[in-house]
Amino acid sequence: MTEPELRRTSLYPEHVAHGARIVAFAGWEMPIQYTGIVDEHQAVRSAAGIFDVSHMGELRLRGQYSSHVVDYLVTGDVKKLGDGQALYTCACNERGTILDDLIVYRRAQEDWLVVCNGANRTKMSAHFSHAAENHCDYEDESDKTALIALQGPKAFEVLSAIGNADLASLKSFHFRDAVLAGVHTTTARTGYTGEDGVEVFCPWADAPMVWRALLAAGAPLGLKPVGLGARDTLRLEARLSLYGNDIDETTHPLEAGLGWIVALQKGDFVGGAALRQIAQGPLPRKLVGFEMVGRGIARHGYLLRDASSREVGVCTSGSPGPTVGKNIGLGYLPAELSEVGTHFLVDCRGKNIEAVVVKTPFYKRPKAGAK
Amino acid sequence: MSESQVPSDLRYTKDHEWARPGGADVPIGVTAFAVEQLGDVTLVSLDVKVGDTVAAGKTFGTIESVKTLSDLFAPVAGKVVRINDALATKPELVNEDCYGKAWMIAIAPSDPKEVAALMDASTYRDHIKAAAH
Repeated sequence: MTEPELRRTSLYPEHVAHGARIVAFAGWEMPIQYTGIVDEHQAVRSAAGIFDVSHMGELRLRGQYSSHVVDYLVTGDVKKLGDGQALYTCACNERGTILDDLIVYRRAQEDWLVVCNGANRTKMSAHFSHAAENHCDYEDESDKTALIALQGPKAFEVLSAIGNADLASLKSFHFRDAVLAGVHTTTARTGYTGEDGVEVFCPWADAPMVWRALLAAGAPLGLKPVGLGARDTLRLEARLSLYGNDIDETTHPLEAGLGWIVALQKGDFVGGAALRQIAQGPLPRKLVGFEMVGRGIARHGYLLRDASSREVGVCTSGSPGPTVGKNIGLGYLPAELSEVGTHFLVDCRGKNIEAVVVKTPFYKRPKAGAK
Repeated sequence: MSESQVPSDLRYTKDHEWARPGGADVPIGVTAFAVEQLGDVTLVSLDVKVGDTVAAGKTFGTIESVKTLSDLFAPVAGKVVRINDALATKPELVNEDCYGKAWMIAIAPSDPKEVAALMDASTYRDHIKAAAH
């Protein structure tokens, strides 16, 4: 078998110029870190960070029945969205397990954008394309759409410094078209770090202009480029799910703590019958957050054991949490072991290290103005 | 790699440990190249105690950064005579001073010739040049 050729985003030369270490990720050559994961993580928590997430997939559905197609494929109730509003949701299969987690953007009643994970782009493109057939227009815009995330308490100061002070009036999970650094973008108040900020969609070739303008204006404010390494520690502290780790086609949203993105009563949708059935009974297992009590770092795939060393679950994400100052993780545990305060063991390569279930998110940003 | 990142007075393994010959015992640590690959070190677990014997090429612990975990391999066989307990609470010493304060264990080698047979600095420099490509 030959390895498929790795792709590069239009920001690849910027990453190299900033001294990034590049790794293969979801078929792309992406920056894992620039100055260091902890340094970049702290920059996002204390000032701001800029991320290239152009590997994400952008699927566009337009036409009279586009809203019905989107609504049928996702678990959330998109009928409640107004123009310029976005929704975090997921797409399930008929068994109710998760094909991908998504953000759905309603541009207009007959114009929808669905953003999926880079690693799932081919699968989700086929899924939406198939459902759209004979119902609405479908286009996979991933190859022509770049995505830059600007995250952190100073994100809006940075935007103000390039002449986009008005974007501060965007509400959370709302978006609008905006010209940034002379580039036509769609800018959304969303993110994947637990901080305030925006995600900026723009034409593929224009991304370097936006990137450079934001960095030049933001550097004096502490803005730094941030790689996938810190993106992962930031999202874990905020308990945001990572597809392929915490959720996948073997997990359903109810046990993953994502019941809040499932509108069981909204009417028929793919996976709806299965999820309504699952919701009838108690959940056998739950995705919980935990902290290490002993000296050890839990990692994706490590087994979780009860006090008598019996295998009871698996760690889906784990790492040091640079802001919370503890080694943290997420994992599936039986319901009876999922209560906050329950002690269990993480099998760190043969060593059973004590851990305790804690409340999540591990990190919650201070409320604006609460300083 | 500059001279300071591969000190001439040390011996090296292909797995990026160093060993310091010439003293009463042989302190062992990890190289600047290894540290650069790891990033911020967050946990050093030394799975041996003073008096244990280690075999050449066998693991004596693990070193973890935010993203990754690496095994630590004993460069030579011998008896563990000292352990750097400071690393349990200050793993960041590895990032700050990998050839000094972040020595990990010291070994009394069973066969001192094994130490002399490890890579010298110039051979190790060639090794990491190859590893970087």
